[in-house]
Amino acid sequence: MATLRLEIVTPEARVFSADVENVTLPGVDGQLGIYPMHVPLMTQISCGELVIRQNGATRHLAVGDGFVEITGERVAVLTEMAIDTDHINEAEVEKARKEAEERLKKQLNDEEIAVTEAALAHAITQLEVKRRRSEGV
Amino acid sequence: MPSTRDIRRRIKSVKNTAQITKAMEKVASAKMRKAQQAALAGRPYVDLMNGMLAAATASAGEFTHPLMEQRPVKKRAVIVVSTDKGLCGSLNTNLLREAGRFDAESSLFLTAGRKSEQWTARAKRTVAERFTYRDNPKFSEAMAICRKACELFTSGEVDQVDIVFTNFISTLNQKPLVRQLLPIIELKPLSASVKDEESTASVPESKVSEFQFEPTATDVLGSLLPKYVNYQIYQVLLEAKASEHSSRMVAMKNATDNAKQLVKDLTLEYNKIRQANITKELLEITSAAMAMGN
Repeated sequence: MATLRLEIVTPEARVFSADVENVTLPGVDGQLGIYPMHVPLMTQISCGELVIRQNGATRHLAVGDGFVEITGERVAVLTEMAIDTDHINEAEVEKARKEAEERLKKQLNDEEIAVTEAALAHAITQLEVKRRRSEGV
Repeated sequence: MPSTRDIRRRIKSVKNTAQITKAMEKVASAKMRKAQQAALAGRPYVDLMNGMLAAATASAGEFTHPLMEQRPVKKRAVIVVSTDKGLCGSLNTNLLREAGRFDAESSLFLTAGRKSEQWTARAKRTVAERFTYRDNPKFSEAMAICRKACELFTSGEVDQVDIVFTNFISTLNQKPLVRQLLPIIELKPLSASVKDEESTASVPESKVSEFQFEPTATDVLGSLLPKYVNYQIYQVLLEAKASEHSSRMVAMKNATDNAKQLVKDLTLEYNKIRQANITKELLEITSAAMAMGN
């Protein structure tokens, strides 16, 4: 069976790099399911859940805003955050979310606001994805 | 001839200096490891973004963006990314030599780091704005620089923005580099000189010439381009920090080695003088004894 080469890269590290059967992305206009031989496509993704199917097993990742380059045999995901749901520590993320909310109330300059808002969005996404997983939906 | 006491004093002071430089070496090497890791970890992201942008612009057709607009260069802005502190060998000297090549009349300088700030004052260059960045560069710090650079460019105040920084190649090798930041025309990877095998192997060049865009090319490229500039600057800050700490560690190591050599030489001399003194005293005693005996 044909496979896709999936690359997920964040500013911190190359998170994922392997052959997969298909991948579902949180596109800006809704979910995108990508199978091998997809038409070359350049698109954006927003905060949400990325689902990888590899050797029959599924993996779920919480991802942030980013860009995706799709060719017939390769999917390159460029995002600010990518965390496996299994590695999300709900208590810690909840704490990060509270901290970000607190910070937004203070006087900040534009750059700090942008960074904090991004952190908040990431925390919220992680929580959402994690909860959806643990509910088994 | 210096007395034994003078030499002893010097040995002590040189030993103290060696202790300090040794401590600084230790600190720098700890920071270096972190900074190098950060710089290396950031590279795949920037490289991939580069590749994507190159592929995207190639198939976007008649797409133009304010950040890609090419004008005859009448005035340019130069971002100089230096260190805050000295004691890091020839790093800043080499960097600022590159920065000094830009025409003083038609260039506007944006500085990051205290050393470049001092240089602009000394060399009498026009400064648009001063920035600082911390030991572990924050993304917001890169954003601030990026915003100012884009502002200058899109308002037409400058027609080109260049960035001067020290590229990290290895612990022993850092190179000052000048890169054109705006307008975005050539999409060369930032770390072209250091291609690590892994990244080239696992990210094959996409050979597809025609990409579709979703929602539209304008949307995708419109948000990709500013991000690209931003991350480029962020990566530059990381590279500069990695270079700084590497260079400082090497400089401090050399200083410690030199101090140790100096202590060795001084000890030798000290012993020689001590020996000479003893011989002299013995000579005096024996000659006195001989005189008494007669």
